[in-house]
Amino acid sequence: MEHLIDIVLLGLLMITGFAIVRMKSLLAVAMLTSIYSLLSASLFVVLDAVDVALTEAAIGAGISTILMLATVALTRDEEKAPRHTPLLPLAVVTVTGAALIYGTLDMPHYGDPAAPVHQHAASAYLHDTPGEIGVPNVVTSVLASYRGYDTLGEVTVIFTAGAGVLALLGYRTRRRNIQGPGIRKLVVLRVIAKLFFPLILLFALYVLFHGDYGPGGGFQAGVIFATGFILYALAFGLGNAQRVIHHPLLRIMAAVGVLIYAAVGIEGILLGGKFLEYGVLADDPVTGQHLGIMLIELGVGITVAAVMLIIYYGFVSRQD
Amino acid sequence: MFIAVSAVLLVAIALGLVRAFRGPTLYDRVMAANMIGTLTVLMVAVLGFMAERPEFLDIALVYVLISFVSTIAVLRVYASRVSMQGSDRK
Amino acid sequence: MMQPLLDVLSWICLLGGAIFLLIGAIGVLRFPDFYTRLHAVSVCDTLGAGLVLVGLIFQGGLSLVTVKLLLIFYFMIFTGPTAVHALAQAALQSKLKPLVDDHEPR
Repeated sequence: MEHLIDIVLLGLLMITGFAIVRMKSLLAVAMLTSIYSLLSASLFVVLDAVDVALTEAAIGAGISTILMLATVALTRDEEKAPRHTPLLPLAVVTVTGAALIYGTLDMPHYGDPAAPVHQHAASAYLHDTPGEIGVPNVVTSVLASYRGYDTLGEVTVIFTAGAGVLALLGYRTRRRNIQGPGIRKLVVLRVIAKLFFPLILLFALYVLFHGDYGPGGGFQAGVIFATGFILYALAFGLGNAQRVIHHPLLRIMAAVGVLIYAAVGIEGILLGGKFLEYGVLADDPVTGQHLGIMLIELGVGITVAAVMLIIYYGFVSRQD
Repeated sequence: MFIAVSAVLLVAIALGLVRAFRGPTLYDRVMAANMIGTLTVLMVAVLGFMAERPEFLDIALVYVLISFVSTIAVLRVYASRVSMQGSDRK
Repeated sequence: MMQPLLDVLSWICLLGGAIFLLIGAIGVLRFPDFYTRLHAVSVCDTLGAGLVLVGLIFQGGLSLVTVKLLLIFYFMIFTGPTAVHALAQAALQSKLKPLVDDHEPR
């Protein structure tokens, strides 16, 4: 039965992909990509990849749609007609696609327990997590503890991306708060935004600190936190949002998050362990792991939220 | 029973997709995307019950909030676009 | 004693919700213009989604699951109509004309 749902969802995804290619209006394309990520997130849910689904929901359907819209707002709405014939790209894509499909023939079947991926490190992670780390959600233990170096690298990449956007787009302070023509018409939106703004932030904190037990973690929490502020900016204007959270503060926060993460690693060295070894942070190794994971998730969340808001502010402050 | 409900949800998502492709205005597409967002939330909740994995509800909760914010975002962007051009389209 | 009763109630709610969702989706596809389609969407957003969630609450019983379902219900009750309202407002503002019957009433 679940296979049937998989197939239907994959079919819908494929149709959406074709429609995105065919569509000329860029705003409509942004809308369709948001539908695409909603559908693929439900596919991840069916496949039991809860953390991936949460990430896809928060990032794919939420923040990337918003950033795509902000980008389209700076350019034109219509896609330019291509100036070259599509034959050569079509041939390249067909050959590559055929090669990839040929490659899948050698892959193990879906859910095959004898697949190489389940033989190597994954079984060790699954087996050792309850004893070594004591975190129910194995994804969090792999991401934050076993693979802590990789995650530090990812956070640094996000920080660098934020710095790059800042360098390219610059940033203008909005002195006055430009209001659209229909302020009166935003009353309903404003009431709802006021009602939801604290709830979204609270929910972001829940996702952040509940990541050990359920789906979630620093990345998703940071994005949800930023989304809350974006809702505020949409309802009350960018100027008011900047009065709540200043741009210089965001730049500091983006760096602070990465520094918290690295500091936890160095703290491990100072206490006689290795870089990013959490076991030495407390008397009991398992408590140390908990503390370390909590702290680095906090760092990740701060950086991600700050960078997302920097990018959003950067795009929106240029539309005049 | 859950299977029947999720089948209905899939059919409804497919119908919404047809509306999203056909348009004709951007508002129709936004409306369809909003509806698909709602249906996906319900789908995830029902699937959570089907698989007896209650933590799926966290995902559904994220969807409700996120899809609302992105709907509002597209409307605000488009409204500023329309008021800048000073004319309507289609 | 209680469990079969709750099950029956929840099935009724789930079925009713599914029917309303289907009706709403067909309406979104079939209605002639944007403003009439909005009516169909709001059926999906409020009644259909609400009934499905109530049906799931009956299944969940008294637990954290029910609290989360109630939260989803609460969010949906607010976001659905707000989104539809914002859509209608934006469409009106961009001078999208509603489809009207031009014939004189007899």
